[in-house]
Amino acid sequence: MTEVALVQEGRFRALFDFYVTAMRTSIQQGFQYRVAHYMYMLGMVAEPVIYLVVWSTIAEESGGSVNGLTPGYFAAYYIVWTLVRNMNIVFTPYGWEWRIREGELSGQLLRPLHPIHYDLAWFAGWKVVVIVLWLPIAVALSLLFDPSIDVRPLEILVFAVAIWGAYLIRSFNQSALGMITFWTTRVGAIFQLYIMFELLLSGRLVPLQLMPAWVETLAWLLPFRWTFFFPIQALVGDLSDQELLAGLAMQAFWTCVGILVFSLAWRKAIRQYSAVAG
Amino acid sequence: MNAIRVSLLHLRIGVMNELQYRVNFALQVLQSLLAVATGLVVLWLVYSYTAELNGWSESELLALLGIQILMGGLIRALVQPNMLRLMDEVRDGKLDYALTKPVDAQVLVSVRQVEVWQAVDIVAGAVVLLVALTRLGGDLGPANLAVFAIALALGAVMIYCFWLVITTVSFWVVRMDHVNELWEGVFQTGRFPVGIYPGWLRFSVTFLVPIAFAVTVPAEAVTSRLDWQTFVLAAVFAVVLFAFTRWFWRFGLRNYTGASA
Repeated sequence: MTEVALVQEGRFRALFDFYVTAMRTSIQQGFQYRVAHYMYMLGMVAEPVIYLVVWSTIAEESGGSVNGLTPGYFAAYYIVWTLVRNMNIVFTPYGWEWRIREGELSGQLLRPLHPIHYDLAWFAGWKVVVIVLWLPIAVALSLLFDPSIDVRPLEILVFAVAIWGAYLIRSFNQSALGMITFWTTRVGAIFQLYIMFELLLSGRLVPLQLMPAWVETLAWLLPFRWTFFFPIQALVGDLSDQELLAGLAMQAFWTCVGILVFSLAWRKAIRQYSAVAG
Repeated sequence: MNAIRVSLLHLRIGVMNELQYRVNFALQVLQSLLAVATGLVVLWLVYSYTAELNGWSESELLALLGIQILMGGLIRALVQPNMLRLMDEVRDGKLDYALTKPVDAQVLVSVRQVEVWQAVDIVAGAVVLLVALTRLGGDLGPANLAVFAIALALGAVMIYCFWLVITTVSFWVVRMDHVNELWEGVFQTGRFPVGIYPGWLRFSVTFLVPIAFAVTVPAEAVTSRLDWQTFVLAAVFAVVLFAFTRWFWRFGLRNYTGASA
């Protein structure tokens, strides 16, 4: 092995070790504050339950289904929704705003790794906690709402990968958006606009089949559906093997785009940085 | 009387304090507009598939949406800021300062903080409600409007009681993180009439978290579907809840030892 290759390997090994350790720490902390986590997760259950009840009611009132979707499908969709929503929680632009305003970033810049690694590892560890805590919620909701779900092994496999793909895409997108805070520390307005578009175009509000055709087309061209609608559909929908794998490919594509946009924005943004209150 | 004077004075100071931060007004307007827009999109989606949801037409549900936004603004402007401050003070032991004042402690902790820009939501909700009522074109007499106003006030009192009871729990359970998120989530159930929810949930958002009394009942009053039994029930429940809250607050206060003093 050449010297360069050895150095490269050492670097990857170090990064890998870092991720394992950081995730382990965050998992332990996560379980320590499990009651607080549960309050948070329960608060988030209200949103899908409302959507689920509304669309099930409409389906029942229009003779058992709306646009071919049954109450059982809605139940399955919105129960899986709760896990996917949790996987979508990442370090936000508000976090970047805080980091910059308080001068926290100065210290982070001195560390040997890019700050994004710390965020990714930290939240990834937290996701492990969330998945464990989610299981009882899923059981309870299944008992209450009677989902109809019929899964193949490949669907489970693709779903297990896709929720992490969603996590990566959203992490990079949100961090890229967070770069705006290097220029202005009032990012709230832009962020809320973004959240509204995401709400409508990701499948968070309703399964995208219920949206008008042009909205569905628009959603195809944007990253949002791959972080929300696709993982859910992988499990509860009837996607063919090709569609499942194509979905993962799209996730890989949008992850690359996210990394690219974030790196470019970071390079420009970091030149703007002059420690506030450091 | 003294209590009312103290409340009004605090309100004035709070408003003057907040008025210094005018950019927050613009941000709040944008936020309210986005919330209304999202609500309208949901409404439009729902009624593109059905003509009636649980017996409510599109304009009737629009009225409900307006009331929910209005009530949300009212709570966020007057109730939530006080309760969140109270939680912090119980944790830090700063509540001592409020308790030593010669005014009723419950009054004082309920009026000290006001977030005036949240009132934008009150206006936004009222506008949505007015548009809905115009579209409905029904003739609401002064009697209907009086019933509506009373129902709304009763609802606001009940939500205040709910918040004070939850906040009082912090005398025992010191860490109350995420209560706010939990509330924001549950309050969204008010976007739809309580009748569409399954029994266990309908009971919860009526008697455990009185959102149905705060939103659905006033909406029933303006869409002429409120029967007098429901109205009386709302009034009785408000009185009972208020009495219980008062008792529970005093009971909790006896448990307060002051964390730092």
